[in-house]
Amino acid sequence: MQPFQTVSGVAVAYLADDVNTDEITPVHRSLEPDFAELLFARRKRLADGSLDPSFPLNRAQFAKAEVLVAGRNFGCGSSRESAVWAMLAVGIKVIVARSFADIYRDNCLKNGLLPVVLVADDQDQLERDVIDADGASQAVVDLVTQTITSPTGTNFSFEMDAAERTALLEGLDDIGVSLREEGSIRAFELGLAIDSPWLIALPVATDID
Amino acid sequence: MPETLIDKIWSTHRVGRRIDGKDLIYIDRHLLHELHAPEAFRKMTAAGRKVRRPELTFGDLDHTVSSAVGRDDQSNPDGVDFIRAMRAGTSRFGIRLFDLDDPFQGISHVVGPEIGLILPGMTYACPDSHASTVGGLGALAFACGTSELEHVLSTQTIAVTKPRSLRVLLGGRLSRLVGGKDVALRVLAEIGVAGAQGHIIEFAGPAIDDLEIEGRLTLCNLSIEMGARSGLIAADEKTFSWLEGRPYAPSGRDLELALEAWKSMRSDADARFDREVTIDCDGLEPYVTWGTDPSQALPVTGTVPDPDTLAPERRDRTERALEYMDLAVGTPLVGLPIQRVFIGSCTNARLSDLKVAAEVIAGRRIAAGVIGLVVPGSSLVKRQAEALGLDVVFTDAGFVWGESGCSMCAAGNGDHGEPGERCISTTNRNFENRQGAGVRTHLASPATAAAAAVAGEIVDVRDFLDRG
Ligand code: SF4
Repeated sequence: MQPFQTVSGVAVAYLADDVNTDEITPVHRSLEPDFAELLFARRKRLADGSLDPSFPLNRAQFAKAEVLVAGRNFGCGSSRESAVWAMLAVGIKVIVARSFADIYRDNCLKNGLLPVVLVADDQDQLERDVIDADGASQAVVDLVTQTITSPTGTNFSFEMDAAERTALLEGLDDIGVSLREEGSIRAFELGLAIDSPWLIALPVATDID
Repeated sequence: MPETLIDKIWSTHRVGRRIDGKDLIYIDRHLLHELHAPEAFRKMTAAGRKVRRPELTFGDLDHTVSSAVGRDDQSNPDGVDFIRAMRAGTSRFGIRLFDLDDPFQGISHVVGPEIGLILPGMTYACPDSHASTVGGLGALAFACGTSELEHVLSTQTIAVTKPRSLRVLLGGRLSRLVGGKDVALRVLAEIGVAGAQGHIIEFAGPAIDDLEIEGRLTLCNLSIEMGARSGLIAADEKTFSWLEGRPYAPSGRDLELALEAWKSMRSDADARFDREVTIDCDGLEPYVTWGTDPSQALPVTGTVPDPDTLAPERRDRTERALEYMDLAVGTPLVGLPIQRVFIGSCTNARLSDLKVAAEVIAGRRIAAGVIGLVVPGSSLVKRQAEALGLDVVFTDAGFVWGESGCSMCAAGNGDHGEPGERCISTTNRNFENRQGAGVRTHLASPATAAAAAVAGEIVDVRDFLDRG
């Protein structure tokens, strides 16, 4: 995973609540989909298939946006990780939402996309600032100092779990971190075999009788 | 200290603590499906990783498989690459795949319980948000993304901070034709789609005791729609007898050992939960959704709500939902004409679901102009239903009877509705465009969906049957 430190970039607001992952990335039809195209594939288009000029991410000033400001329960629904890969594919590296759906937030962390939640008043202010700036100036998100500077210059700080912060800053390999506990995993499995053999020694089954 | 069921599963599966403070929880069973596993296989191959416990891991084909009778790999042109990549990956890593011609083929969340792979007190992982279905047997499910899937394959564990606990106490008795789906939609209407964020739900109470196992699987299936990490129900005698004789369930001496363990897997009487919600299910009506998220649900006798009467943060969503659903404020749900009916999915396509739908349909015909599709949740369910003659009930009524898979639930297999159609569906998500571009989905139970198919409009299935 790429280490995350500081992002300075245009911020775009898409403030609907309960944006689900079907909306973010509809079910992909190919093993190697074009994730950028998949992002908001239906939402960003009009009925005739053309791009909807009023959809925030379609507007020219947000073409290179790196920070997305979102509403409540962002990323609910399916656990599909494409909904994070598609953000990264268009260059979005930070999402500041009122709240995140649990699995979506996990998926962000595992891909080095920073999920931030501010206190409600700060989020109100950030939304106003991002809308006022309208892409004309940049926001700065610094994970080292855990601060955000809005595109109009307001400063906010945010909380982040220490372990999650370290993993992002160092770009830690999550599987590698777990495999450091190989000894404990092996000991646990030995215990299972003794105490609950039925859990790990499965019968051979090919059909019902 | 008194413990909850969640505490007990946690402590019996905790391998240790990672350096970053997360608990490492052992995963007893892992089911994969072809939509997400191939990407994990590709990355594992590139990184030179091995699957730690292939014999505890199983593969399903469900999301992209055609429901057409006589199907093969190529029946859904968009599915063929996924199916083949799944075959190649499972064979490379030594994982048993329930292929298209396997008796155990089907939707992972239906197959796992019905063949006895998932047992009370277990931990379970699946790269699919509805993994929590198996909570109906008292197992703790972790739904994961692709990176997490790779983690489980490589380590047989999941690294996670323990979520908070929420007990949803369901009082009262359920009336005839009201089941797990109606209870779930009722809970959703109460707590909303983010109501259980950060929590694992334990459902308990008299209404749960009354529910049969398959209804419990349905209720737990919808935990994710409540925003929960997972949802479960303590196993009881009903669970133990439901599991008896299933192919992968223990037998003989192993079963005795297992039963002893299973019986202790329930919350202690004075266990404390981080939160509690109580809902009375006495007189609960059949529920139907009117909007574009599953919490936008009402008793079938209700009328479409007025956004102006809702909390400000719900207003925009509601207005948008009403527009998408083409509904006017105050419209009764009963009487809304429907053009399509789908009975299927991991929510409501087990044998008992098909039975209740068939009872409603028997001797009747689908209304003119309505298209009906029934897709069993697994190949086993399909065979069992056919042995009971249910397929004939459905086809005589004018339904198409399909081969098992997800089908129109997520429209990933070529089955979908047409723009502007109103579809009553036994699935779990009424999101915009999920069942096809522009399709307007109303979620309901199999009984309600079946009655609507015959009437050509949404009806109260209780009145419908009384009218004869
Ligand atoms: S039936 Fe629907 S919800 Fe269930 S696994 Fe398949 S696509 Fe997902």
